[in-house]
Amino acid sequence: MLNNLSIKDLSSNTPALIAVLLLVLLVLTAAIGPFLVSHDPLAMDLDSLKQPPNRAHLLGTDSKGRDILARVVYGSRISLSVGIIASALSLAIGIFFGLIAGYFGGKVDALLSQAFDIFLAFPSLLLAIGISAVMSAGLTSAMLAITLVGWAGFARLVRGITLSLKEQTYIEASRALGANPARILYRHILPNALPLILVAGSLRVGSFILLEAALSFLGLGVQPPTPTWGSMISLNRAYINSAPWMVIFPGLAISITVISFNILGDFLRDKLDPRMQV
Amino acid sequence: MALYFLKRTLLFFPTLLGITLITFILMHSLPGDPVANMAGERASAETIARIRTMLGQDRPVALQYASYLKDIATGELGRSIYTNRKISDDLLQKFPNTVKLALVAMLFASTIGIGLGVFAAMKRGTNWDSLVTLLSVGGISIPVFWLGLALMLVFAFYLRWLPPSGMGNGSFLYVIMPAATLCTFSLSYIVRITRSSMLEVLSLPYVAAARAKGLTERAVVLKHALKNALIPVITLIGLDLGSYLNGAVLTETIFGWDGLGRYALDGILKRDYPVIMGVVLFGAVIFVTMNLLVDLSYHVLDPRVKEK
Repeated sequence: MLNNLSIKDLSSNTPALIAVLLLVLLVLTAAIGPFLVSHDPLAMDLDSLKQPPNRAHLLGTDSKGRDILARVVYGSRISLSVGIIASALSLAIGIFFGLIAGYFGGKVDALLSQAFDIFLAFPSLLLAIGISAVMSAGLTSAMLAITLVGWAGFARLVRGITLSLKEQTYIEASRALGANPARILYRHILPNALPLILVAGSLRVGSFILLEAALSFLGLGVQPPTPTWGSMISLNRAYINSAPWMVIFPGLAISITVISFNILGDFLRDKLDPRMQV
Repeated sequence: MALYFLKRTLLFFPTLLGITLITFILMHSLPGDPVANMAGERASAETIARIRTMLGQDRPVALQYASYLKDIATGELGRSIYTNRKISDDLLQKFPNTVKLALVAMLFASTIGIGLGVFAAMKRGTNWDSLVTLLSVGGISIPVFWLGLALMLVFAFYLRWLPPSGMGNGSFLYVIMPAATLCTFSLSYIVRITRSSMLEVLSLPYVAAARAKGLTERAVVLKHALKNALIPVITLIGLDLGSYLNGAVLTETIFGWDGLGRYALDGILKRDYPVIMGVVLFGAVIFVTMNLLVDLSYHVLDPRVKEK
C-alpha cells in the first residue's frame, strides 16, 4: 500500500505540498536555526524591553528584552521533539498491546481492551494534567504524560486491524506451518497493518504538539527560562493588549506547525487508508 | 434493547473503577513525591510525616485504595490543602458555570457546524468546499488558549465590542468570547462529520427517489437528507460536551471564567493535589457518563444499530 504513494500525488495536492514544505522548513529550523539566529534566547536586554518587530529584533522583544525570533526558533526544538517522540513512544506501546490483544483474543483481549477503555475514558488534557502534575515538571514529565494519554487510542486501532488480519488465509497458512505467534505478528500482521498505523500516527502528531503547548501554557511542561511556544504565550499573556506580538508569534508557530501536520495526516489517510476510498 | 441497555450500563462500572484506580495511582506511586512537593523544599521531616498521616498515607496501599473508593462513593473527595474547603463543595459550586459555558459553546458549535457542513456537502468539489475543509483543519490546529487571546485582542481591545474577561453577573455578552473559543474544536469536527455524513446520505436511493419526484435540491437536503445525516453528528455533540472540560481549563483561565477549569488551574499552580485529582476524576466521570448516554441514545435514534 505504501508504494501507492508517489511524489506525483503530493505535487497534485497543493495544500499537502505546502504542508510538507512547511514541515521541512520547520525541521530545518529546529536543526540548524539556533546556529543562524544572532540573539541568545535567554539573554535579557533591559534597554530593549517590549520592542515591536524591528530591524534588530525581527519579531520584537518580550517583557524582559529577550529576542522573540530566537525564542521561537529554540522553542521549535521542544515542540517538535516532544510531538515526535511522544508519537513514537505511544505508537510503540499501542502497537505492542494492540497486537497482543487482537491476536490472542479471549481473556487477554478482554483485560487489555478494558485497560484501553479506561485510559480513553479520561478527557485527554485532564489526564495529561493529572500525570504531569505529580511529577516534577519538565521535558520528561510532558513526554510521559502525552505518551500515556496517546497510547490507548493506537492500541485500540491496532487491535481492530489485527482482529481482521488474523482471519486472512495467509496468516492461517503460516500458523499451520508452525510459525510462532511472535513471528506471525512481526513478519505478517505488522507489515500489513503499518500503513493504517502510520496514518493514525501522522494524524496524532499535531494533537500531541497541541497537548505539549497546552501543558507548557499551564506551567506543567518544560520550565522557564527554556523557551517553549506554550510558555511564551502564558508568560506574556498579560501584555496581549500593549504588546501583542509577544503572544502572536509563538501562537502562529504552533498553529502553522499543527495545521501542517494535520493536512499531511489527512493527505496520507486519503491515500493510504483503503476504508477511505469510496 | 433492554438487554443491551443493561449490558452497556454494567460495563460502565469497571471503567469507573479503572478511572479511580488511575487517579489513586497518580496520587500515590508515580516518581516524585507529592507530599514532599506539597510541603515544599524547606519542610521538616515532621511536617511531611504529619501530612502523610493526615492523608492516611502511612497505611497499606490496598487499604488506602479501599478507603479512597469508600470516600468517592459517598461523594467525599477530600479537602483542598490550601483553603481546607471540601473539594466536592467547590466542584458543585463551580460546575454550573462550566455547564453554562459548555452549553453556549455547544449551541455555537452545533448550529454553525451543521450549517457549514451542509453547505460544504452541497457545494462538494468547489472552492467553497475546500475553504470550509481548510477552516475545519484550522479549527482543530489552533491552540484554544491562543485563539482566545487573539479574540480578546480584536473584539475587546481593538473593536471594544465585548468585555475582555470576567463573568459580568450573567450578562450574555461575557459568555460570547469564551464560548466561541471553547467551541472551535468541536465546531470543526461537527463540520467534518456533517459534511461526510450528508454526502453519504445524499448518495442513498431514497434521496434519489425524492429528487426523481421533482423536489428542489433545497427540499431534498433539508427535509429528507438532513434528518438521517444528523445521527452521527448528535453522537459527536454528546461526546464533545463530555470533553469540554479539556478546553475549559484553558478557556476559563484566559477569560477569568469562574468554573471548574480555572479551579483546576488554581490547583495546578498551587500544587494542590487533592484539587487537581478531584477535577480529573470528576471530569472523567462526566466524560464516561456522557459516553454512556450517547451510546444508549444512539440505539434509540438509529434502530438499525443492532446489538453485537
